[in-house]
Formats: sequence, C-alpha cells, structure tokens
Amino acid sequence: MTDTATTAQPSDPELHPKGVVSHQTSTGISNEKLAMWLFLGSDCLLFGSLISTYLLLRHRSVTGPGPEDVFDIPFTSVSSFVLLFSSLTMAMAVGAIHRGEERRCRTFLVTTAMLGALFIAGQVYEFTSFVKEGLGYTTNIFGSAFYTLTGFHGVHVSVGIVFLLGLVIMSLRGNLGPERAETVEIFGLYWHFVDIVWILIFTVVYLIP
Amino acid sequence: MSVQTEPRGAAGPAEHDHEAHQKAHPTDRDYIVIAVVLGIITLLEVGTYFIEDASTTFLVATLFPLMIAKFAAVCGWFMHLRYDNPIFRRVFVFGLVLAIVVFVATLTSMEFWSDVYPRGM
Repeated sequence: MTDTATTAQPSDPELHPKGVVSHQTSTGISNEKLAMWLFLGSDCLLFGSLISTYLLLRHRSVTGPGPEDVFDIPFTSVSSFVLLFSSLTMAMAVGAIHRGEERRCRTFLVTTAMLGALFIAGQVYEFTSFVKEGLGYTTNIFGSAFYTLTGFHGVHVSVGIVFLLGLVIMSLRGNLGPERAETVEIFGLYWHFVDIVWILIFTVVYLIP
Repeated sequence: MSVQTEPRGAAGPAEHDHEAHQKAHPTDRDYIVIAVVLGIITLLEVGTYFIEDASTTFLVATLFPLMIAKFAAVCGWFMHLRYDNPIFRRVFVFGLVLAIVVFVATLTSMEFWSDVYPRGM
C-alpha cells in the first residue's frame, strides 16, 4: 500500500491547501485509519490479558480489603456516565469537522477533554480513597490486579486528553480545517475505544461480584 | 495525516467510496439518540446493584447482554463501523475474537470456571 505524503508546490492550484498531498492507496482506504484499527485490535489483547488476570486473582487474596469492601458503585456509575457522554461529544466533534464547522468542532474537542479530565479526577479520588481504606498496590493480589487494570485504562484516557489538547491547539492555529477531518476521526476512534474498554471494566470489575 | 485524492481529472472508486462514506455519516441527532439509549442501558446496569440477594448467575445473564449491546452501539455508530469500509470491521473483530479466544482458554487452563482452585495467595 503506497500512501506517500509529499510537499506541494505553491503554484499548483489543485494541490491541497495545506501543502500536503497524499496519493491514492492501492486498497482505496486510508492507511492511517487502517493503522489505528490495527492498533485498537491489538489493544484488545492488552486489555483482555489485564481483565482475565483480574478475574483470576480478585478473590484470591488472603488479606483484605477485597472488592466488596472498597467499591463505591454509585460514584463509579457517575464516572461511567461522564466517559459515556465524552464519547457523544467526540462523535459530534467528528461530525462538525466533516461539515466544515471548525469552531463547533473545537468546542466539542475542549468539552471532550474536560470530560476526560473529570473522569481521571474521579479515578484519582477513587484510588486515594481506596488507599485510605488500606488497599495499596502491594497490599494484596486483588489490589495489584485492580490498580494495574484500571491504571492502564486511566493512562489511555490521559494520553487521549493530551492528544485532544494537541488537536485543540492545531485548531486554534487554523491547522484543523475540513481537509484534516480524518485526523479528528482517527483520534475519535481511539477515544471511543477507551470508552468501550470502560464499558467492559465497569460491568466485569465493578458490577459482577 | 493524509487525505485521499484521485489522479487529476479522474473520479475513481476511492472517491466514490469517500462520498458514500460522507453521506452515510450519522447526524448529530442520531448521535444524541444513541447516547440516550446508552445512558438508559447504563441506568439499567447500575439498577442491578440495588437488587438485594441477586445471584451471580442472574447478574451475568442480565449484565452481559447489556454490556454487549453498549459495546456494539459505540462500535457501530460512534466508531462508524456500520458505515465504513468492511475491512476496518474485520481487522477489529479479528483482534477482539482473538483476545476472547486466548483469554477464555487461559481462564479455562487456570480452572477459573470451577471452584477447584484454592482461594488465598
């Protein structure tokens, strides 16, 4: 698959307004988008290993506290709604940039970043309260598995927030117009993936004892 | 990042694909409807927490279909898998199915489904 970006000559009127041209790929689909889907497919294996490890170990601690001692389901439910809502704003950002509404797209990107930050703040609060209740990373095998799983997810969300801020900065500089809609869409795939991983974690880790 | 372009003066299959893809994009209203449905499903999920003495079997039988419905809705509409080129769906589903098979096998080999494994490590 060839998809070579080249710098355009300023005098050529048919070339991309941002000076970047990419050639048609042999498959007719975007290589960048395919790469993101490949990454997400492989990330399924990462989270699959972490979830199955957690399932194996969560009830095998000889010392407390256990899941039933520390989980605060109503609080975590609110966090889940926050992340779910951030997927909506991300989808609307993608829709806006496809229609050429740059300002609206930027607003939704900022909203998504704020909702992601709110989710991370909730996770930090949750971890802090667990530690206060005596569940450290090395307290027992449940703690190690739980913090590793939810921590990896939190890192994914945090990385997503950094990329979101990058997109916002690009937008403020005028570098995120409709011709870059695919960039926003590809990032959107990552953000929605983080959401679907949380859908799994919320059910498997928190709701099923 | 690149934007697919056709050779000058030609409108090939990729361009038609791109146009079809653009037309098929859900509207903001569609996204809001999907989000409301996802919110209702999440409320149902959270509601099971308040059912006293609910067995694990009942919870698994109730929560797993809801979880799969949410997963499919986000993938299908928010991630555009319903509208995009089928190769994306195949790539993702391959990774997902591979993960499920590998880790169900792992859990089985570790006797996760039985009570044989001693508690306490």
